[in-house]
Amino acid sequence: MDQRERINRLRWRCTRRAMLEMDLLLGEFLEQQFPTLTEQQADAFVVLADMEDLELWPLINGSQECTDAVQGEVLALLRNVRVK
Amino acid sequence: MSKQSIPVRKFDAVIVGAGGSGLRAAIQLSEGGLKTAVLSKVFPTRSHTVAAQGGVSASLGNSEEDHWHWHMYDTVKGSDWLGDQDAIEYMCRMAPEVVVELEHFGMPFDRTDEGKIYQRPFGGHMSNFGEKPVRRACAAADRTGHAMLHALYQRNVRANTQFFVEWMALDLIRDEAGQVLGVLALEMETGEVVAFHAKATVFATGGAGRIYYSSTNAFINTGDGLGMAARAGIPLEDMEFWQFHPTGVAGAGVLITEGVRGEGGILRNSDNERFMERYAPNAKDLASRDVVSRAMVTEINEGRGCGPNKDFVLLDITHLDPATIMKRLPGIREISIQFAGIDPIKAPIPVVPTCHYQMGGIPTNYKGQVVSPDGTPVKGFYAAGEVACASVHGANRLGTNSLLDLLVFGKSSGDSVIDDVKSGAIALKDLPAGYAERTMARLDRLNTQTGGSNVNETRLDLQRTMQKHCGVFRFKDMLLEGVAKITEIEKAVAKTEIKDKSQVWNTARVEALELDNLIEVAKATLVSAEARKESRGAHVRDDAPDTPENPNGRDDVLWHKHTLWHREGSRLSYKPVTMTPLSVETIALKTRSY
Repeated sequence: MDQRERINRLRWRCTRRAMLEMDLLLGEFLEQQFPTLTEQQADAFVVLADMEDLELWPLINGSQECTDAVQGEVLALLRNVRVK
Repeated sequence: MSKQSIPVRKFDAVIVGAGGSGLRAAIQLSEGGLKTAVLSKVFPTRSHTVAAQGGVSASLGNSEEDHWHWHMYDTVKGSDWLGDQDAIEYMCRMAPEVVVELEHFGMPFDRTDEGKIYQRPFGGHMSNFGEKPVRRACAAADRTGHAMLHALYQRNVRANTQFFVEWMALDLIRDEAGQVLGVLALEMETGEVVAFHAKATVFATGGAGRIYYSSTNAFINTGDGLGMAARAGIPLEDMEFWQFHPTGVAGAGVLITEGVRGEGGILRNSDNERFMERYAPNAKDLASRDVVSRAMVTEINEGRGCGPNKDFVLLDITHLDPATIMKRLPGIREISIQFAGIDPIKAPIPVVPTCHYQMGGIPTNYKGQVVSPDGTPVKGFYAAGEVACASVHGANRLGTNSLLDLLVFGKSSGDSVIDDVKSGAIALKDLPAGYAERTMARLDRLNTQTGGSNVNETRLDLQRTMQKHCGVFRFKDMLLEGVAKITEIEKAVAKTEIKDKSQVWNTARVEALELDNLIEVAKATLVSAEARKESRGAHVRDDAPDTPENPNGRDDVLWHKHTLWHREGSRLSYKPVTMTPLSVETIALKTRSY
C-alpha cells in the first residue's frame, strides 16, 4: 500500500466514525498534526484511530488513563486540537 | 469498466447498512437460514447508532403500571397525528418483545434491585393517555446505542452473517417490472464495482442529517439509501420533517445539552440582549425546544445574529461562578474549548438550532416492505430504521422511539423477507440487460470530468442553503428562494470534478458519490417543505401561525396527509394517513399540547 492509499484509508477511518465529535477531532488532527508526527507517534495514532469512539473519548478527555507512553504523547496533542 | 467485467455475487438477501436496524434484520435472516450479506461503509460497531444515548422505550411496566396502548397514544400525539396508526400500534405492541429479546442477546441493560430492566422517565412518556409521566425508557447507562450495536453484532457473528466492510452501495438494481434484484457496490480497498444479486434487498442506511450545515449527525449520514431509492424511481415520504435541537455549537454542530440553560445559561443576541425575555416572558431561556429554536432563528433573520456573518447567537454562562462550571458542566467546557475555541468561563458559546433526526424516508408498511404510492409492496425491497418511513414518527419523533424503530422494523423486515422467500413471492430473477449502465456512466463521468465543480465547496453550498432556507423555522419567500437555489446546486453536483482518479482507496470519489445522495435528499426536503402550507410537528412556517381555526398552525382539512416526493420532475403527490390501528380504536385528531 503506497503512502497515498495509507493516508486515504486513515482519512476515511478518521472522518467516518460513529460520533460527530470524533469525526471532527480526528479529521482535524489528521490534516493539522499527523504530517509532523514521528514514525512511532504515527503508528500510535493509527492504533488509537482504530479504537471505537467510546473507548477513545475517555482517553482524549483524560477521564481514563493511558498506559502507553507514545500513545500518551499523541493523546496530549489530540487534546489540544481546536476544530475550526 | 464495461458491464461484462462486473463480478456478480449471489445471496438470498443483501442488507445495506450495519447500524441497529441492519444488524437486527441480519440476525433474523441469518438465523432463518438465508445466505445474508451486510454491506457497510464502516465497521458495524462504528455506525451512528452508537450516538443514541437516551434509551429504548417499551411498556414493560417494571417500575410502575404501563401499557402499550398508552405508549401508542404518546407516539401518535408526538407525531402530531401524521404517524400511521397501524404501524404505531405494531411498534408499541412489539416493544416489550424486542427489548426482552435484546436482553437475551446479551444487552447489558441497567437493572432494578430485583434484577429487572430498570426504566426511567423521559420527555413525552405518559401513562393513561397523557395523564402523568411514566418510567418507560430502558437504558444501558448513557451508552445504550453502543451496547445495543455490540449485542447485535455478536449475535450476527454467531449466526454467520457475512459482512462486507468499507463498501459503498451505489445503486439499486431494478428490472422492468420494478422488482428489486440487489445493489451495485464499490469496494473502497480495490475500487472494484460488484453486483450483489439477491432475492431481497434491505436498506438500513440511516439518516441524511448531513444535508444541513449545522447537524449533530456524524459525517457518515449522507442519505445513501434515500439517494439510491430516489434514483431508482421510489418516491421519498414526508421529507419536510426534521427534528432540530436548539443549541448546537455553530459550525461544528456538536450538541450543548439543555442542562446548560438549566444551570443558568442565557441566550444573547448581537445587542447583548437576553432575547428570550421577549418570546417567553416566564420560561425565558428554559422554554420548550421549538420555542427557543424559533426565537433564535427570528433573531438571526432580523439581523441580530452574532459573528462576521451574523449567523449565530450566544449562549452565555460567563456570569456563573467558574467553580460551578467546573463542577457541574465540565464536559460542556471541554466541548466548547475544542469545538468552538472558546472557554465558556471567559466568553459565551456560539450556538444555532441544529439538525438532529430525519422523520421521513423510504415509504414502508409496518412489515418493513417498501411500498408504492398505492400501498402495494415493491417486490424484493425492504427498509428499516431512520432511512425508512413506516410512518411511526410522523411530523415529530417521540424520544427513545428511534432505537425502538430499529429493533421492531429491523426484525419485521427480516421476517417479511423470510416469508416472501419461503412463499415464492420473490425468487432470484436474472439480472436485466444493461443493469449497471447508469451507475457505470456516473462513475465514468466522475473519472473524466474536467473544468467541473469542487466537491467540498458544492457540499457546503448545499448545506448552507438548507440551513438558511429550510431550517427549524420556515418562511414562504425563503423556501421559494431555496428551491431555486438547490436546483442550481444540483447542476453543480452533476459536474463535480475529482483530481484523484486512482482506483484504490479513492476517498475523493466516495465523497463525490455521497454528494450525489445528499442532493436528492436536499431537493426532496426543500420541495416538500415549500409545498406544505401549514405548521405541523417539526415543520413550522411563519405564514401558518397559531389561530383558533388552526391551532399551532396545523390545517387538518388540507394537510392531514403524507407527502411523496418523486425525483423525476421533482414532483409531489400525497397519500392519506392511516388512521385505523390494527386492533384498537382510532386515536382521533386533536390539538397537540404538552
